[in-house]
Amino acid sequence: MQNVSVSVKDLSLSFGAVTVLDTLNLDIKDGEFLVLLGSSGCGKSTLLNCIAGLLDVSDGQIFIKNKNVTWEEPKDRGIGMVFQSYALYPQMSVEKNLSFGLQVAKVPKEEIDKRVRRASEILQIQPLLKRKPSELSGGQRQRVAIGRALVRDVDVFLFDEPLSNLDAKLRSELRVEIKRLHQSLKNTMIYVTHDQIEALTLADRIAVMKSGVIQQLADPMTIYNAPENLFVAGFIGSPSMNFFRGELQLRDQRAYVHANGVDFDVSAYPSRAPLVHGQKVVLGLRPEHVRVDEAASGAAASHRAVVDIEEPMGADNLLWLKLAGQSMSVRIAGQRRYAPGTAVTLSFDMAVASIFDATSENRL
Amino acid sequence: MSDIVAFNSVADEAAPQAQADRVIAGPRGRKPRRALSGRNIMIYGTLIVVALYYLLPLYVMVMTSLKGMPEIRLGNIFAPPVEITFEPWAKAWASACTGLNCDGLSRGFWNSVRITVPSTIVSIAIASVNGYALANWRFKGAELFFTILIVGAFIPYQVMIYPIVIVLREMGIYGTLTGLIIVHTIFGMPILTLLFRNYFAGLPEELFKAARVDGAGFWTIYFRIMLPMSLPIFVVAMILQVTGIWNDFLFGVVFTRPEYYPMTVQLNNIVNSVQGVKEYNVNMAATILTGAVPLFVYFVSGRLFVRGIAAGAVKG
Repeated sequence: MQNVSVSVKDLSLSFGAVTVLDTLNLDIKDGEFLVLLGSSGCGKSTLLNCIAGLLDVSDGQIFIKNKNVTWEEPKDRGIGMVFQSYALYPQMSVEKNLSFGLQVAKVPKEEIDKRVRRASEILQIQPLLKRKPSELSGGQRQRVAIGRALVRDVDVFLFDEPLSNLDAKLRSELRVEIKRLHQSLKNTMIYVTHDQIEALTLADRIAVMKSGVIQQLADPMTIYNAPENLFVAGFIGSPSMNFFRGELQLRDQRAYVHANGVDFDVSAYPSRAPLVHGQKVVLGLRPEHVRVDEAASGAAASHRAVVDIEEPMGADNLLWLKLAGQSMSVRIAGQRRYAPGTAVTLSFDMAVASIFDATSENRL
Repeated sequence: MSDIVAFNSVADEAAPQAQADRVIAGPRGRKPRRALSGRNIMIYGTLIVVALYYLLPLYVMVMTSLKGMPEIRLGNIFAPPVEITFEPWAKAWASACTGLNCDGLSRGFWNSVRITVPSTIVSIAIASVNGYALANWRFKGAELFFTILIVGAFIPYQVMIYPIVIVLREMGIYGTLTGLIIVHTIFGMPILTLLFRNYFAGLPEELFKAARVDGAGFWTIYFRIMLPMSLPIFVVAMILQVTGIWNDFLFGVVFTRPEYYPMTVQLNNIVNSVQGVKEYNVNMAATILTGAVPLFVYFVSGRLFVRGIAAGAVKG
């Protein structure tokens, strides 16, 4: 393939008896921003370290720009890496930090100066060049760390949870900056995070990982709206999707999910395969796909429920209700307030719901 | 009295105000502490007694070394000298006799310097690279190598003395300074390697990874990244080695010939020479001179020492 930047083929990695990655395959397009998303211990950082050449793989191959780099040293792979803890050399000034890699590679002095100047302009760190890392704030440090990858003129940027050590405000600022950087540089970027907001906002495509296996690889909207399995559905979204375990029932030309004595009319659900009567399923409803006291489009039936707890969040208002014997969350506009104990009418937008097979946990 | 009346009348007129004033008039600021509380007397009393207990011998040594022999014969070991003389110090340094030699401790001092300086430098240089390799480059067999090294630290010296004598003899360097330096370097290796390994393992691993991505190799990372960050642990290692090697007696007497005896052996020979009168003042002066070097090292680098120990030795 011509436009593939990084390609991982049948990659396996095990430490002794523990298998971290198992015959993993992944193709990343040229100029793509790919996010590896998963909770800690899912192998996402390990995969990134393998691509960087910092970990020896047990089996499989890694290609960068159509060159087999499986056995190459990190420096020969055309990658730059940004770490969670910044990893700036504490004894060197910002300028030295930026130029260290170029010095090691014996790049001529004028060329080094030129590249350092360009990188510091892009990242707006010119006033900091003479300072030591200890004299910088967290955001400035991470900017320098990105600059260190930038000066080396690499094909692929690797980010290992770069924003996790920053406070919330800086995190969202730098997030925008990384996105802007990607839009102007158009490099391939691989970004590891456990933060779904970062993943959804930054990525061209997200690879959701769990125990060393990619669960779903798709663009953010597909991941969010049509999760491939129960894990992805539960992992993405905050508060997470409401799940109702039940049984499919087909009657009177309509389809229902029967859960705990409550019938959810799912006739509007765009299923891939014909629904089978009696199948054990899990119905997933995102909090914002539930209407409170207003009719949902295409919803035939409505349900009664009582508000348990109200969590006003400013722009949104989160209601916790009891339905079908379990707790569920509903997101409504911030100005609509409900006191606990209020009885409400719920209706569901089944066209955007998700139904999973209860045993295989895959999307129907 | 009239003042109080006036105050009261004001207070009556503005009752809420007085309420607020009373709150402000209560205890504020730092809580006062009594300097002479029972607790303080206990703590400082104990500390002073213990300090005196440790300082008394040193006091006796210094005083005795500054007295002439007639004054010492009076037997008043705690009395300060009536007539201060530096004669014993000069004699201890330059002309005290051990057997046939009568050039005092000076020969032993320079021997000790010639033993300690190279042993310290070589052992730290090797051990720091060992520790760095073990902590950051997990090469094949690293665990085994480390285990063997640590086990080595627990084997009693006495077991190894005779085999080492044979090895040095076969190498043709038995009885030379080179031989002793090699022995000191080897015996310092386990503990120093452990020290450096733990220190380097405590440095953020991502720094090492970043340097590798930047294209730095084994030695570039060692010299340009690791070394500049490790001053405290190098000071600790230096103090351990300088004091350890300077104070060594056993290896000095076993592995060298009399003309290469280190200062400690020379001191022993001066103090234990049985001919003639026991010159207590010379013996005291010689002992202080021998102990001066480790003392000096501790005083100069004590603060760094504590910092380095805290950083390097705790983590496993």
